[in-house]
Amino acid sequence: MHLSADDWSAIRLTLELASIVTVLLLIIGTPIAWWLARSRSPLRGVVGAIVSLPIVLPPTVLGFYLLVLMGPQGAVGRFTEALGLGRLPFTFPGLVVASILYSLPFVVQPVQNAFMAMGDRPLEVAATLRASPLRTFFTVALPLARPGFITAAILGFAHTVGEFGVVLMIGGNIPDKTRVISMQIYNHVEALEYGQAHGLAALLLGFSFVVLLALYTVGGARNTLGAGR
Amino acid sequence: MNGVHVACRLPLADFVLEADLTLPGRGVTALFGPSGSGKTTLLRCVAGLARGAGRVEINGECWQDDARRLFLPTHRRALGYVFQEASLFAHLSVRANLEFGLKRIPAAERKVGWDAALELLGIGHLLERGTEALSGGERQRVAIARALLTSPRLLLMDEPLAALDARRKHEILPYLERLHDELAIPVLYVSHSPDEVARLADHLVLLEQGKVLASGPTGEVLTRLDLPLARDEEAAVRVDAHVLSHDDAYQLTCLGFAGGHIQVTRKALAVGARARIKIQARDVSIALAGDNRSSIVNRLPARIVGFGDAAHPAQCLVSLDVAGTPLLARITHLSRDQLGLVEGMTVVAQIKSVALLG
Repeated sequence: MHLSADDWSAIRLTLELASIVTVLLLIIGTPIAWWLARSRSPLRGVVGAIVSLPIVLPPTVLGFYLLVLMGPQGAVGRFTEALGLGRLPFTFPGLVVASILYSLPFVVQPVQNAFMAMGDRPLEVAATLRASPLRTFFTVALPLARPGFITAAILGFAHTVGEFGVVLMIGGNIPDKTRVISMQIYNHVEALEYGQAHGLAALLLGFSFVVLLALYTVGGARNTLGAGR
Repeated sequence: MNGVHVACRLPLADFVLEADLTLPGRGVTALFGPSGSGKTTLLRCVAGLARGAGRVEINGECWQDDARRLFLPTHRRALGYVFQEASLFAHLSVRANLEFGLKRIPAAERKVGWDAALELLGIGHLLERGTEALSGGERQRVAIARALLTSPRLLLMDEPLAALDARRKHEILPYLERLHDELAIPVLYVSHSPDEVARLADHLVLLEQGKVLASGPTGEVLTRLDLPLARDEEAAVRVDAHVLSHDDAYQLTCLGFAGGHIQVTRKALAVGARARIKIQARDVSIALAGDNRSSIVNRLPARIVGFGDAAHPAQCLVSLDVAGTPLLARITHLSRDQLGLVEGMTVVAQIKSVALLG
């Protein structure tokens, strides 16, 4: 199996994107998951539904609206331009933003399930041992939700690696900037380079299998994943 | 102001919990009642884990006063809470569980020492274990020690023995008794076991459907004929006694209490040791004074204080006074009439059996 310099560039870019997105998703997704797991607000259902939208939405639909929003006429686009950041579409940061939205449910749901599974009791116990709510969150809730975080990180990473539609819509196909593996496979197929496409496709197939194998064999993760569906 | 004051009103699914209690500022107070009578909810209100309307004040320290819009969150109340089921943190070792609360207590405010707590609950050998490796009884002992190490001003225990089998219960009860004897921390103890209450409680609060039926010294509440406790099949009184002497020839132990003395089968207790005994109403019969011959060893002169209904219509309860110590006897209406028993009469209480508590 021979991989070209372009292929390697796509692989590097994909791993970079997935790593950044996973870290940001864990930071953003955790408070959302906590709120969804513990709030009794009537808005809970609405927020839960919005977060889960990318699961059922065609990626092209999500990508299309992001393109409109982040474009020169869009609210987000005007905002980023006003900040002097330029426009996000067809840039790596734009890809990061889109990927975060696209993979959000895959991180929020396992973490939310883990928070819900632990129940109120550990938090009440911590309160009776004089721990403030913030301290309880970091010293009790986060450690107890560990299996959920492991599942969330793996799923968030893998899902970002596998995205295509959103990238196509807002990232384009710019070498070294937005051309990720899935785009590169598409390019190879377009150019009828089936052998090249096969190399990368097999790589993704193997990667996906290993990820799921890890999820289903690592103790605890299976339950969290199962409960998420 | 000394003592524990709890005023709480909280509507629940089936009834309204309404309590206004003034409890002793030391010793064990049992909250006793059937399942679903609001005991646990009342305890949670005291802890601030549930929010009722009212006031909570512990030996002069106010935790909640709606009149002043004061409500301290749980983590700012100096309390210890032992939950019904084992509630150790699964991600921490026994040692880290114990340190979890302790490390938040400034050194100057630590009244219960590390070694003392370990020794009191007998858990010194478990420190480096994970919580999974502990038996149910060991977990509950660690949970109690963890609560004690925060040097609470009030210890709340929600049926700490309910999730344990009979053997584990008997493993823990002595530790709870030591707690009572060696620490000056007031304890609120939720229970639906008459045995635990008789064994541990100094003060007894009887709850039913969210209402307080009675609150008073355990000995008094247990013998009140107007309460459902006396009508229970297991109705009993508790007597605080101490060992007077042992009889080696007959293998008996003589126990002294306020109203006289009583002989029981020989117990392995030192002379002078404290012994709480339980005398069930069904084990007490009544004889007229005069004839002293009977196979029953313990015959105490007693005065009839009153009569009450028993669970079965054939029977009645007789409340007796043995030189200041209350006693309950359950006899048939037939015997009462045949013996011509009336209030104020002096009779002989014959005690067929006595259970040593602990």
